[in-house]
Amino acid sequence: MTITVYIPADSAAIAQGADRVAAALTAEAGRRGVAIRLIRNGSRGMFWLEPLVEVVTAAGRIGFGPVAAGDVPALFDADFLNGGGHRLNLGVVDDLPWLCRQDRLTFARVGITDPLSPDDYLAHGGLAGLRAALGADIVQTVIDSGLRGRGGAAFPTGIKWRTTRDAAAAQKYVVCNADEGDSGTFADRLLMEGDPFLLLEGMAIAGLAVGASEGFIYIRSEYPRAFEVMNQAVTIATGLGWLGDDVLGAGRAFRVRVRKGAGSYVCGEETALLESLEGNRPVVRAKPPLPAISGLFGQPTIVNNVVTLATVPVILARGAECYREFGTGRSRGTLALQLAGNVRHGGLMEKAFGLTLAELIDDFGGGTASGRPLRAVQVGGPLGAYLPPSLLDTPLDYEAFAARGATLGHGGVVVFDGGVDMARQARFAMEFCAIESCGKCTPCRIGSTRGVEIIDRIVADKDAGRIALLRELCEVMQGASLCAMGGMTPIPVLSALEHFAEDFQS
Amino acid sequence: MMDIAAIVESLKAQPGALLPMLHAIQDQLGHVPAAAVPLIATALNRSEAEIHGAIGAYHHFRREPGGGTTLRICRGEACQARGADAVANHARDRLGCDFHQTTADGTITLEPVFCLGLCASGPAVLVDEAGLHAGVTPAGLDALIHAARGQT
Ligand SMILES: Cc1cc2nc3c(=O)[nH]c(=O)nc-3n(C[C@H](O)[C@H](O)[C@H](O)COP(=O)(O)O)c2cc1C
Ligand code: FES
Repeated sequence: MTITVYIPADSAAIAQGADRVAAALTAEAGRRGVAIRLIRNGSRGMFWLEPLVEVVTAAGRIGFGPVAAGDVPALFDADFLNGGGHRLNLGVVDDLPWLCRQDRLTFARVGITDPLSPDDYLAHGGLAGLRAALGADIVQTVIDSGLRGRGGAAFPTGIKWRTTRDAAAAQKYVVCNADEGDSGTFADRLLMEGDPFLLLEGMAIAGLAVGASEGFIYIRSEYPRAFEVMNQAVTIATGLGWLGDDVLGAGRAFRVRVRKGAGSYVCGEETALLESLEGNRPVVRAKPPLPAISGLFGQPTIVNNVVTLATVPVILARGAECYREFGTGRSRGTLALQLAGNVRHGGLMEKAFGLTLAELIDDFGGGTASGRPLRAVQVGGPLGAYLPPSLLDTPLDYEAFAARGATLGHGGVVVFDGGVDMARQARFAMEFCAIESCGKCTPCRIGSTRGVEIIDRIVADKDAGRIALLRELCEVMQGASLCAMGGMTPIPVLSALEHFAEDFQS
Repeated sequence: MMDIAAIVESLKAQPGALLPMLHAIQDQLGHVPAAAVPLIATALNRSEAEIHGAIGAYHHFRREPGGGTTLRICRGEACQARGADAVANHARDRLGCDFHQTTADGTITLEPVFCLGLCASGPAVLVDEAGLHAGVTPAGLDALIHAARGQT
């Protein structure tokens, strides 16, 4: 009997040798005359176990990891194809604590299916959301679900869609923001590589909801595999009539084009992204007008993050009520947390809002990778706050973070141990802003450069007197920048000053 | 020249054709030569200044030819937390050049990159357009450099 074996083709797995393992496995099976069916799935999001090889057995999918190509002959000797004992045997993958304690709604299929197999997609509930959407009040359902944008600003998705739906125009657009520039985040990438049809389904629902027939996915150039997979998925989905001139035979058109960014953090800001898509120099636009009313090529446009759009099919398929039941306060549903940096067990963890940072880092992450005590955690990307161990009791929800001057952003959580120098991290925040500023407004463009200089003086001259000047500069940047690039760069700087003052006095 | 003109011609009808054109040209030639700018400007009915301005806003596009291989080392915070600074310093030492520069023998261009989405398994390195590597140590970087120079 042919045994089915899964090896992820996710970027993180490939970067850790998955292609070499797949080649070694195929060769060894051939040498031994064993018939296997090799499927390249997405990643389950347990990056410390990649490459994670899974074997389908009567007991379930048994995992082995992390596997190196050199382990392959020994795995065959141990009869791993029948779940045999071996030091890398992890048991049934679905039963691993990391996975079975999650609330996987949006990422339910990622790592399980063959990402580009339409049959697999349908067999695992694919298109149920789009089918349900055809007869539904989509905008109201999304409003009722409580879904807020997962790209960072957390704006209620249904409200944005209502604005675009109610705007009169011959042409409207759906733009998927797959620029995912924040360090410490990879949820968009994991989803696009692991379940691309889900994103397309979400975009088609968005198109139906607002009356848009054209969609664009803007993927950063640093994600070559996601770009490749999404392009293939669009071709397949269009060929099957899931997208195109007559979506599912319902008489509505929705076409999708995939575009590649070119290495610019600020292109993740929605108006700069639209300028980039239009072929202009990517600088931020003043708002209003909102993109929802005047967006791409001046037409009503919804811009949403990958995870936001990919969550919509789940809401339509299961109902707004079911989705709202997850979460806490005004943070409804699940959050795709990305545990990264100096952490033992890093990866993607989808969970209802409300878990604390400590629970995430200790229970899921297993503490620091170095084994040294944790010193700081940066949440929400380069524009997010650095939090000390005393604040790890903060629940992961939008309001709790805002109350502590922090932001959840896109859900990235980066762990640092005692080796970190927080004055350097503050300097990096300013330097990053200086490198990536679009240059349109002065506080961001010039302020960030002055910020680097002031921090250098504080550190070099041991001149703590300049700290007041740094705070003043941060105030100007926060108050007078055109967008959150300059407006939020002070957050990591001020949080470093507040919680790690000793590093500025060395 | 034929190449650029053909690329520009084949893409100019797309909505927002500039970015696809620049990618296609750089994929083909390894950089976006100055000679491409007037062709693009004419095709898109823009001024040359506008095209120059747009190209300059992106870190990915290069106006001069680079080395045979481009080594992009992640400088993001999550990789910093996993020892990426040591890898970056090692790269500068070994290659004898800084970021945004090419080695004296012309084989390798060193570039920074801000996150490759491998943040739980850094330090991360991208070789050319699609060669992803995680958990890169200084010794691992040496192996990538050797491979780029065709040595083993
Ligand atoms: C400097 C900057 C960078 C941003 N980068 C991203 C990004 O990479 N991905 C993203 O989805 N949103 C990003 N945003 C937020 C977008 O402007 C916008 O709020 C979001 O795409 C809306 O989608 P959502 O409502 O689904 O979150 C960024 C914002 C700023 C100010
Ligand atoms: S920070 Fe280096 S890969 Fe994300």
